[in-house]
Amino acid sequence: MKKLINEVDNVVNEMLDGLASAYPQYVRRLDGLDVLVRAGGSSGKVALISGGGSGHEPAHGGFVGKGMLDGAVAGAVFTSPTPDQVYEAIKAANGGKGVLLVIKNYTGDVMNFEMAADMAADEGIQVEKVVVADDVAVENSTWTTGRRGIAGTIFVHKIAGACAEAGGDLENVKRVAEKVIANVRSMGMSLSACTVPAAGKPSFDLAEDEIEIGLGIHGEPGVNREKMGSANDICDKLLDKILAEGIYKAGDRIAVLVNGMGGTPLMELFIANRHIHEALAGKGMVIAKTIVGNFMTSLDMEGFSITLLKLDAELEELLNAPANTPAFVQA
Amino acid sequence: MGTKIYDCISRIAERIIENKDYLTDLDREIGDADHGVNMARGFQAVLEKVPRDSDDVGAVLKKTGMTLLSTVGGASGPLYGTAFMEAGKVAAGKEALTTGDVPAIMNAVIEGIQKRGKAVRGEKTMLDALIPALEAYTEQLEAGSDLSGAMDAACAAARDGVEFTKTIRATKGRASYLGDRSIGHQDPGATSATLIMEAVRDFLRG
Repeated sequence: MKKLINEVDNVVNEMLDGLASAYPQYVRRLDGLDVLVRAGGSSGKVALISGGGSGHEPAHGGFVGKGMLDGAVAGAVFTSPTPDQVYEAIKAANGGKGVLLVIKNYTGDVMNFEMAADMAADEGIQVEKVVVADDVAVENSTWTTGRRGIAGTIFVHKIAGACAEAGGDLENVKRVAEKVIANVRSMGMSLSACTVPAAGKPSFDLAEDEIEIGLGIHGEPGVNREKMGSANDICDKLLDKILAEGIYKAGDRIAVLVNGMGGTPLMELFIANRHIHEALAGKGMVIAKTIVGNFMTSLDMEGFSITLLKLDAELEELLNAPANTPAFVQA
Repeated sequence: MGTKIYDCISRIAERIIENKDYLTDLDREIGDADHGVNMARGFQAVLEKVPRDSDDVGAVLKKTGMTLLSTVGGASGPLYGTAFMEAGKVAAGKEALTTGDVPAIMNAVIEGIQKRGKAVRGEKTMLDALIPALEAYTEQLEAGSDLSGAMDAACAAARDGVEFTKTIRATKGRASYLGDRSIGHQDPGATSATLIMEAVRDFLRG
């Protein structure tokens, strides 16, 4: 394993310090905690808090700032943060109008955030939660924990964040977040596994000519393994699964997120995006917004995910509202 | 050396830390390759934070649970944190445990994990080791076995439970995303639960 790190046990700590010192105008780190909050505080508005394991940078600390999150809690690499950390984030970010927790649907994340929400509620802080479960690779049935939350979470941060910034109350911010969750779907693939620093070796083995379809963002294996194909073929495969949901139809206005897993060059993400546009236009859909880049990564993994969000007038207006954060800036 | 309960907890911690790579490797097969790392970090903190000189069994177990809750993360943090805190409630105020206290503690542990994890037996989780272990312990005790014999039976049943998890599909936790691909692999959580029980058994043997 070759990694630009110091002590394996200190990667999250040093990453958070480095992020905070890169963007002092946006974020500050709470003393002794793995929590980033807005540098200027969040009084007078509903506060949005998200978080999860580290290794997904810029998620989530990179989205703390005007128009998106008020706080982000970082766990160990690919490991949910603990309830005490989430609880401190809730207390620090609470601006008196209540707090919405944006949780990705993983067993650990849900448990830890729920325990923190209970602790905060005991202190009289109004806390609500939404759980993002956008990954269509996983069947949503009683036989699984439910779908995973992956890159679609970025749309929740952006849109619910805009609603909160515009003065929406907690009920309204939660309603908008749930509307995004109902209309957002994603699917990812990888060309290589990632290496968790503490594990020191790749999270799974993949032959030179193999790809993993439908994996999550934690280096866990996907739902099936296939031979490598062209970018267009791979995009079609992911899109077919997303479109099979029946949410996205001819004439719909759609937002597209082409999200890199960390190790794939932007060149390849743009090549994928080109075909995604062709394919969706071919189905009569209108792409109202496109975002391409590394937003919800999986350490050094090569691969990407496609996320589609069906827009209505409200979601489109909030999606286009200004945002000013370390990792997402929009005038 | 600390009090008896501290020594028991430290024996558990050592066992988990020794098996850090083993648990992580198991998790690499069907999860996200961090179970051993997270558990070892939590139990290292337990060794540092739990008081050596307290013989209040309930308080030591509670402190263990709270430490795990704030250091392990993932799903294992809330689950093992809850398990030790529930055990602490049953043992509150006690300075020693009897053979009869053990099933009460294990029962509270199982109920706590079930509630927190919304899981039942047969979903390829730590419950598949713990529930058979409790059943075997109770059976042996009723048949007139002593603590040592009952713990042996409990650990053997937990090991069988770990083997059983290889034959079933995960329906809870991250391994559930793999569907049938989870079959053939043993559950890391059931394995760590068994390691903890075996550490307690070995501690009681002296």
